[in-house]
Amino acid sequence: LRWRTRREGPFGIGAKDSQVKDRHQTTSHEIERYAGLFAKRTTQMRSSAMRDLMAITARPDVISLAGGLPDTSSFPPETFAALTDRIARESCAAALQYGPTEGFDETKLRIAEVMDAEGMRADPDDIVVTTGGQQVIDLVTKTLIDPGDVVICEAPTYPGAVPTFSSYEADVIQIEMDSDGMRVDLLEETLQQLDRDGRRPKFIYTVPTFQNPAGVTLSAPRRKRLVEIARERELLVLEDNPYGLLRYEGEPLPPLYALDGGEYVIYLGTFSKILSPGIRLGWVTAPGPVLGKINLGKQAADLCTSSLTQHFVNAYFDQGRWRHYVSDLCATYRQRRDAMLDALAEFFPREAEWTQPSGGLFIWATLPEFIDTGDLLAKALREERVAFVPGSAAYVDGRGGSSMRLNFSGADVNDIVEGVRRIGKVVDEQVSLFSTFGGRGRDSASEIAGSGQDEAPGDSSADEPLADVVELPRRRDERRAQGS
Amino acid sequence: VTPRRVAVLKGGPSLERQVSFRSAARVEDALERLGIEYLSIDVGQSLVDDLRATTADVAFVALHGRGGEDGTVQELLEIVGLPYTGSGVLACMRCMDKVLTKHMLLETGLPTPDFFAFSEIAFKELGAGEALPAIEERLGFPVVVKPAAQGSALGIKFARGAADVPEALIAAFSYDDRVLLERHVDGRELAVSLLEGDGGVEPLPIVEARPRQEYFYDFEARYEIGKTDFVCPAQLPPDVTARVQEVAVETYRLLGCYGFARVDMILTAGGEPQVLEAQAIPGLTETSLLPQAAEAAGISFEQLVGRMLEQALARQGAIAPTS
Repeated sequence: LRWRTRREGPFGIGAKDSQVKDRHQTTSHEIERYAGLFAKRTTQMRSSAMRDLMAITARPDVISLAGGLPDTSSFPPETFAALTDRIARESCAAALQYGPTEGFDETKLRIAEVMDAEGMRADPDDIVVTTGGQQVIDLVTKTLIDPGDVVICEAPTYPGAVPTFSSYEADVIQIEMDSDGMRVDLLEETLQQLDRDGRRPKFIYTVPTFQNPAGVTLSAPRRKRLVEIARERELLVLEDNPYGLLRYEGEPLPPLYALDGGEYVIYLGTFSKILSPGIRLGWVTAPGPVLGKINLGKQAADLCTSSLTQHFVNAYFDQGRWRHYVSDLCATYRQRRDAMLDALAEFFPREAEWTQPSGGLFIWATLPEFIDTGDLLAKALREERVAFVPGSAAYVDGRGGSSMRLNFSGADVNDIVEGVRRIGKVVDEQVSLFSTFGGRGRDSASEIAGSGQDEAPGDSSADEPLADVVELPRRRDERRAQGS
Repeated sequence: VTPRRVAVLKGGPSLERQVSFRSAARVEDALERLGIEYLSIDVGQSLVDDLRATTADVAFVALHGRGGEDGTVQELLEIVGLPYTGSGVLACMRCMDKVLTKHMLLETGLPTPDFFAFSEIAFKELGAGEALPAIEERLGFPVVVKPAAQGSALGIKFARGAADVPEALIAAFSYDDRVLLERHVDGRELAVSLLEGDGGVEPLPIVEARPRQEYFYDFEARYEIGKTDFVCPAQLPPDVTARVQEVAVETYRLLGCYGFARVDMILTAGGEPQVLEAQAIPGLTETSLLPQAAEAAGISFEQLVGRMLEQALARQGAIAPTS
């Protein structure tokens, strides 16, 4: 706590009075002026009360299962010191200098190495190093989308992609998923419908492996079919693959990029989950003409990706231990995932359903339809000091209201168990309250009580071990009918 | 009396923590421009110690929602003996609780939409669910379902039919253990801010909020520039303006507010104001209504902050320091 005065205020000691007086003041006239100055697309940028509620998670007594944070505390500080020491000795000036827009060749070689670890052959010349994976979503959308153009993505989709699509005024169409990822049959139906309407989608955005937020993985046959569809229709697919190396069980499936050879698949990778999100390093490989436009777009956005953190990655990969670190992370996250699944089974009511991810960072849980998880978040924060991401953040159309995303990488096992217990408590309270309303409503508690997680994990179908997972998102009529 | 040192209370555990930070940021800027020294406190476990340790003359309560606006922090300030801006404990309790506010309005004959209120216990232990059909019949659809104590329009739902009511109740009960079901009154959204001066409490020019897209003046419409058109002074016939302001002043007095407050109303097509609620600590953010009303009355934000602090110090006699 510190006293502040005008002299010691944000203007610093000795600030002139005139500077202080010129400080921006918002008057009602200015509200109107700004409202008139803002671009039309800003009205498409969604803000939400939920984002404001999240301010409370900054308080130390709140357990947050909301973020998507990898556990950077496991990175050895002595390694960090050694890397920066080496940069200082060997490449100080270059690390502090601008770099090429597309990134350093040395960094691209490391990226090719990471892609190779997942069975992809990428030519370093086809790679652009970006400021995090998020920039790829932005640049691809900027390159391909005019206002009103169609982008297809999963339902639910990565919540961070929604504001990007919105800010370019894309018309987002979301395709339902089940335990095998995006329903490719529904995708084809949608594409045919678009054909009939005379509309051609510009690209399909997908997180096929350990999807954020649903935690499900696109099955091998669907991967094959998706790539075929892209080929047949000459559509671009943006494959977002931050979590592919974070597999806790089972055999890896080939990335779309590997199946397609990079003709119709634009590949987005990132160091965020295998090394650090703080270094803001991601990359994109794309067909040449697209890459050229992306490069121009990146020039306009930020000239180049941080030279310093590219040198950091180069030095880190020279140590040759990156795969060991990833397997350490996997061991930690596997334990946390198991703890969360156990806690969900213990503390969530039987009316709730959730996914069983084999990797990644997230579990998607769906509650009885009468619970709006946005409102539930208020109760969870207020009464139990626990946070999650309300499901509606993963939709553009207001669906997902009774689902939530839970993260298991950013909290330790104790906090995960306690956090899930607290959420389970507020859910229980709402379920029992609902049952006192005289059995009315669109979805009464007793009616859905029989449709919980009846099928035990391990119940598997032919092509995917995750078939016990419920359909996503929950839609009562369809849920009972379909068995895909 | 001009304060020399001000403790700005902000943040806290309420759901409106972020709104509070925005209000406080403007207040802090104003204090800088006024050349008044200030200390900002994010209200938490150490609040009492922080207040006791401070050498402030007065606390500016820039808190919204539970804890900060419901009399709790005000009670602690009374105990510590530090003068503070705005209404006292009792008025804060009355304003925060929409059910209490409405009962008091009804008792005095001030207009407020017909309503029923329930606690969670009423449903869980007293079978209140059985009363819902009768209530719906009396109120008619759409029914507005609200948490009793929650600001910024959080948790407010419109039930368009009987099937919507349970979900709306569950939502509202997420914000408070008491909710009210209120008759929906169609009309214009008006806010009357009140500010005490030498001549007692005076209504400031009326602000009309016209949300551009949202169905009603909800959270996003409140705090996002460009989501709502504000008209101040609201375009109303003189007699309607007078009536709206008169109702606001009576509401202010009825609730026992001090210094300033804001009364939110719906103006029916027939020109009759219906009081929805009163804010003991109205928002002071860029898009908030009280600063706009003050400005329309020729009172700058700095003058407004200065007035609030002077009133707080003027009340000092009412506070009995404990040490």
